[in-house]
Amino acid sequence: MSIGITWVRRFSKTERTLHWVNAAGFLLLLATGLVLYLPRLSILVGRRPLVKDVHYWGGIGWIAALALVALLGDRRGLLRTARDLERLTPSRFNVGQKVNALLTAAFALLFLASGLLLHFGERDTRFRWASTVVLHDGLLYASLVLLAGHLYLAVIHPATRHSLRGMTRGTVSESWARRHYPHWF
Amino acid sequence: MSDNSSMNRSRDRPEVRTMGDSEPKRYGRGLFLATVVGGLTSLAWGKPVWSHVSAALSPAEGLVPFVPHDGWRIYTVSGSMPTFDAATWRLQVGGLVENGGLDLSYAELRALPRAHQVTDFHCVTGWTVPKVRWSGVRIADLFAQARPLPEAHALQFVSAEEPYVDYLTMKQALLHDVMLAYEMDGKPLAREHGAPVRLVIPEMYGYKNVKWLRAINLVPETQSGYWEYLGYDRDAWVGRSNGYHS
Repeated sequence: MSIGITWVRRFSKTERTLHWVNAAGFLLLLATGLVLYLPRLSILVGRRPLVKDVHYWGGIGWIAALALVALLGDRRGLLRTARDLERLTPSRFNVGQKVNALLTAAFALLFLASGLLLHFGERDTRFRWASTVVLHDGLLYASLVLLAGHLYLAVIHPATRHSLRGMTRGTVSESWARRHYPHWF
Repeated sequence: MSDNSSMNRSRDRPEVRTMGDSEPKRYGRGLFLATVVGGLTSLAWGKPVWSHVSAALSPAEGLVPFVPHDGWRIYTVSGSMPTFDAATWRLQVGGLVENGGLDLSYAELRALPRAHQVTDFHCVTGWTVPKVRWSGVRIADLFAQARPLPEAHALQFVSAEEPYVDYLTMKQALLHDVMLAYEMDGKPLAREHGAPVRLVIPEMYGYKNVKWLRAINLVPETQSGYWEYLGYDRDAWVGRSNGYHS
């Protein structure tokens, strides 16, 4: 596949940076979180205070990095994308992608809120609520479902995995895009 | 448009498309806000709802091997868990006791009168393990070997996991279901649960149930234990302390 293909821009540099910062942060928090959560892994790895610190500061760094990318990047472009996501109709994205993006963003906020409550609840009774851990765990399971579907469609499923190129190099083939996103053009 | 458009149609959801030429409704924004608000309010209803759901699901729990379905989570305060060697391990009972106290080997601890109980275990962070089967030694039976002096009104429980320590009043330690447990669910206490012996006081949150016991000292009064220095209650009654009300 080289000659005769027309490439169209799928994701801006800001969008791609935002995506990969989010992915890296999520995976770091997933790895350290599972060590804290699963007894077998806790026993295997040990070093709980260290893992806890990495998880906590990783979470703060994750949200801060996302905010920084949004602030320093193409704010106007992101705002356009956000407005597009507000309507669940096919456009540059299909409805499944929109639902995935919206839930991912909502989950990040809820992860942050419940994570901060867990952290400060360990230090102050006023922030220790019985349901915090239920929310944080529930978000983990819901996120894993989203992630599994996302990875399948972006990496494995033959008809859709071309889209990964849009998130790495920024462009996709125009004929593929026209087939999959007829409402984009 | 092309012949393949039916392929991605399956991922679209035609039913939520707004028809007509009016501005499409902002269902996306609604979904985002509903998720955030639903998640935040679950801080008020999550635990009671989840305990009903998990009770209903409990027959299927064994199907998921990795998830901590038996409810235990392993918390430690130091970088590694203490190891247990039955040949060298000792439990010291000292402080304000007659005749200088005790220095028990594992075999000597196991030779003390043995008690059983089935009790729930509650963690202050919100999780509960129902119906744990414990076997071990009652504090009163320990006192038959090491009689407290009249000025002893509290017990200090020292963990091999430094610097973990906690206290109970004499009255709390002699509650009917308090024990030094060396078996859990029919097996010798596992390392992550505090091998070889831990304190069990079901009426109080987990942080009072000191793991990896290595010494018990009789003292004049309680002081702040590890978590109590960080603001947790000394009297950690389940449902009636640490900000919880039943």
